[in-house]
Amino acid sequence: MQLAKRMHEQMSSILLIMGFFLAWEVLCRMFGVSDLVLPKPSEIVVTLVKQFHGLLPHLIQTVYTTVVGFALGLLVGVLIGGLIGTSRLAYNSAYPLLIGFSSIPKVAIIPILVVWFGAGTVPAVLTSLIICFFPIVVNVATGLATTEPELEDVLKALGASKLDILWNVGLPRTMPYLFASLKVALTVAFIGTITSETIASNQGIGTVMMIASANFDVPLVFAGLLLVSIMGVALYAVSALIEQKVTGWANRKTEFAMG
Amino acid sequence: MAPAQPSKVTPVVTRDATRVEQGPGTIKFDHVSVTFGRGMDAVKALDEVTLELRDGEFVGLVGPSGCGKSTILKLVCGLLAPSSGTVTIAGKRVERGKLSVGIAFQNPTLLPWLTIERNVMVPLKIVEPFRSQYRAKRRTEFRDRVHALLAQVGLKGFANKFPWQLSGGMQQRANLCRALIHGPKLLLLDEPFGALDHFTREALWGTMQELWMQRRPTVLLVSHDLREAAYLATRICVMSARPGRIICDQDVSFARPRTIPMTYEHDFVALNQRLRALISDVPTT
Repeated sequence: MQLAKRMHEQMSSILLIMGFFLAWEVLCRMFGVSDLVLPKPSEIVVTLVKQFHGLLPHLIQTVYTTVVGFALGLLVGVLIGGLIGTSRLAYNSAYPLLIGFSSIPKVAIIPILVVWFGAGTVPAVLTSLIICFFPIVVNVATGLATTEPELEDVLKALGASKLDILWNVGLPRTMPYLFASLKVALTVAFIGTITSETIASNQGIGTVMMIASANFDVPLVFAGLLLVSIMGVALYAVSALIEQKVTGWANRKTEFAMG
Repeated sequence: MAPAQPSKVTPVVTRDATRVEQGPGTIKFDHVSVTFGRGMDAVKALDEVTLELRDGEFVGLVGPSGCGKSTILKLVCGLLAPSSGTVTIAGKRVERGKLSVGIAFQNPTLLPWLTIERNVMVPLKIVEPFRSQYRAKRRTEFRDRVHALLAQVGLKGFANKFPWQLSGGMQQRANLCRALIHGPKLLLLDEPFGALDHFTREALWGTMQELWMQRRPTVLLVSHDLREAAYLATRICVMSARPGRIICDQDVSFARPRTIPMTYEHDFVALNQRLRALISDVPTT
């Protein structure tokens, strides 16, 4: 029963994706849209398969850069979020600065990073770090700051230290918030990497797309986009899987309760 | 236990001054006042409260809403410091982080990511001497200890359930277990049965009475319910409206174990009515 329902949900999601690409293909053919404007999905797939060998190193570079940037962003985000979530003073004093910082368009920072570190991997990693740590900070801080005061009182009355409370209540409680933010952070980390690669790098999918569009090789640009979204979905799936293991309690899944 | 410590603590007017006990569960309030805020916004929550709870007593604290009942509770467990006066437990001043008081609120506040068994185990992770033994004994002795207590409150077979799989009354039973698992000398109850339906509440009174008779901690129960206080307590203190003062201190000497039918008998009802009249006389805010 449960399984059948899940299969049904998965099927509908696959059908939606297929329908999307099918509609795209049909519309392109119906109106005879040029490949220079909007290539057909079939054309994109053909390009992708043909050029895959050449694209692979760039793909690896982009994934590597994004994962490193994301991991560093996660570390920084959890640390800062933990700090401002547990201290009212830090919360009130640091928030305006953080919001100001996160409002800066990241594209504007990339040239500065290039001046500091040179073109290539480092600015890409830093861009994805900078772009993805903010949602993590906000969510971790919210999770910690909204711990029920009565629950804290119970532990304080037992003689628990701040660290005890953080470890036993604060952190587990924050997990659903953290994972919610990771999904956002992961996708924006890709945006950070690709943007940086587009502006200042000689490697990565961003660079490939930049060069391809300069050469009017529009199908290759779209092949790059397709690759990026496939990677995004893959990493999202990984984080969703971990989330289910760690924070199943928040979803009140019966299977989790029995396990 | 330890003999009376004369010197530092200013003498307290007790009802039985000749026999000053300093057992581990003895709580003394000596001219305690608490003021929240400053200047124009200052609100005086407690006014010169002097009160003594003897070792093993079950004291019910009743009074109109906002009279500072919960403030008294917070003073006892060190979550709040008095503006003036002293609060001592077993002759020592209350210091935050030095106690291991069991406490249960109206909201069960169980941790949703832990099973009932693990929830009840939480104090054993925090309070010494259990804390140092926690890793070694978690699976064996502590587990047996938790299961025994759960069985006693009627939660046998629910150890591996998650809190949301339990009804409100059962969650509150688990909450009581968590407050008692480490064998505290002091148990603080802040309207723990307030959110339950009538029948569940009465069932829990019975459970609470049984736990108290068996373990005999000093209990301070804050309640709005006179019948509840009279059923459970050995003594009832009535507080005035803000700023809170103790306006009546009354022993409750009905035989134990008390039963629900007893609460409808003449003496019991008469006591309730007398206390009710006291609270009605208090100008409420």
